Amino acid sequence: MRDRGLVLALLIPGLLAMLATFILPMAWLLRASFSTSTMVQVGFTLDHYRAALVDPFYWKVALNTLTLGLTVAGVAVVLAYPIALFLARTTSRWRGVLTALAVAPLLTSAVVRTYGWMVILGDRGVINGTLQSLSIIETPLRLSNNSFGATVALVEILMPYAILAMLAGFGRLSVQLEEAAAMLGANPLRVFWRIVLPLSLPGVLTGALLVFVLAISSFVTPRLMGGGRVFVLGTEVFSEATVTLNWSLAAALSVMLLVLFSSVIVIYQRALRRLEA
Amino acid sequence: MKAIRNLCLMLLYLFLLAPIIVVFIVSFDTRQYLAFPPESWSFGSYAKVFANDAFIAAFGRSVVIGLVVGLIAVAIGMLLSMALVRYKFRGRDTIGFLVLAPFLVPSIVLAVGLMLVLSPMGLLDTYAGIMLAHLGITVPYTVRTITMSLMAVDRRIEEAAMVHGASPFTVFRRITLPLVSPGLIAGGVIAFLISFDEATISLFIVSIRTSTLPTEIYRYLEYSTDPQIAALSVVLILISVAVVVLVERLIGLRKAI
Repeated sequence: MRDRGLVLALLIPGLLAMLATFILPMAWLLRASFSTSTMVQVGFTLDHYRAALVDPFYWKVALNTLTLGLTVAGVAVVLAYPIALFLARTTSRWRGVLTALAVAPLLTSAVVRTYGWMVILGDRGVINGTLQSLSIIETPLRLSNNSFGATVALVEILMPYAILAMLAGFGRLSVQLEEAAAMLGANPLRVFWRIVLPLSLPGVLTGALLVFVLAISSFVTPRLMGGGRVFVLGTEVFSEATVTLNWSLAAALSVMLLVLFSSVIVIYQRALRRLEA
Repeated sequence: MKAIRNLCLMLLYLFLLAPIIVVFIVSFDTRQYLAFPPESWSFGSYAKVFANDAFIAAFGRSVVIGLVVGLIAVAIGMLLSMALVRYKFRGRDTIGFLVLAPFLVPSIVLAVGLMLVLSPMGLLDTYAGIMLAHLGITVPYTVRTITMSLMAVDRRIEEAAMVHGASPFTVFRRITLPLVSPGLIAGGVIAFLISFDEATISLFIVSIRTSTLPTEIYRYLEYSTDPQIAALSVVLILISVAVVVLVERLIGLRKAI
């Protein structure tokens, strides 16, 4: 009986924090998306969802978001895979340092790293500046203020997550198995294709999912790198919430983002189950 | 074959670290506008950052918010972890899931929800509001690190102290707390760094009065990309590295995470 009081005392601060910072906000979000007013939660209407679903602009935004998410996830996974595979298998004494370097970018704010990409891809940035001073090009290449810039920056910003997810998911890789296959006459390509890749696929899938969900919910990078020309769900939610001040539409778009997000998680779990069966 | 592999890896690492390297180089450029390569080098941008009252004030606010959020997140995390690891009670699994649930929601969605809840309470653009918002995204991390170090504690040591007449509170204070302190420090540091670097949620909650450093940088970048931001970025990167190195020296990062 004394234990019960103690447990309750231990739980109450945490439960209150969860209520205020998670449960209530999610409930309010749902409520606001049906509100008849733009800033206060009153009445019931489906207008915001209807507006979002009827307007071709939002269909384009949803499509942009999906394209951005899939491209970023695909490229980030392809680029992160060699690093993760190397870090998982190497016995080099530099392993610790190299692992730290691979995830070190996570320690810097996404805003700072987005700025780094503005410096690299900008009209007078690293690439254009260098090419111009070498007289290879005259007018700067359009590398930023468009979806290309947003994609490149997001790939780099989210790659460390992919590397971490893959490293955690590469537990089933075994050097002995690869050696056995090689001894039985498989060439390195075949060993990779038949042994390494299938065993690392769960890790790859988790990495892809993580990058995808972070990419579709991002807005700082698409907004700064897109220069106001890249429209994804994240940027639209932000501008409805802080510029247009149509909070109910922002809430409805958030709910739609959440639906997109959950359906991807369901697909991921199906895929993982099939992989592991 | 091995040379090609190493070259590929080097290129990938270069891509991964490119923004940080470039920011470092540009921060020493003397020009007022963003351009590359730098013509001449100086610490001018750094001097300007340290003379920029808006940045200094925002930096101070970010540190204060980060420290308070870190402390409260560790305290709440410790209590929750004690309950979840040491006691069996109805609804334990539900609470264990709920604690980690914010991991499963995109932060921009949570940001809109938090904005909607904080607004009628008059907490938008206040310290209480932004701290509450940051608490929501940091408690899952502190619970995770503290739970793990709590599970690693050998119960027999606590039982031995109990047998020798220590009260439960003394056992907690003299045995359990020192044993999980690496987890507490690690959780606190992670919470601080997350709060310190967070931009997405902050941009929905704060505007002028309590703008944090990342939101201040974001607003600045919407209009200008001059080297001042590069200098400021280098300072921020160095702070993060210093914090991590300090933790590594104090308790060992591997043990902490």
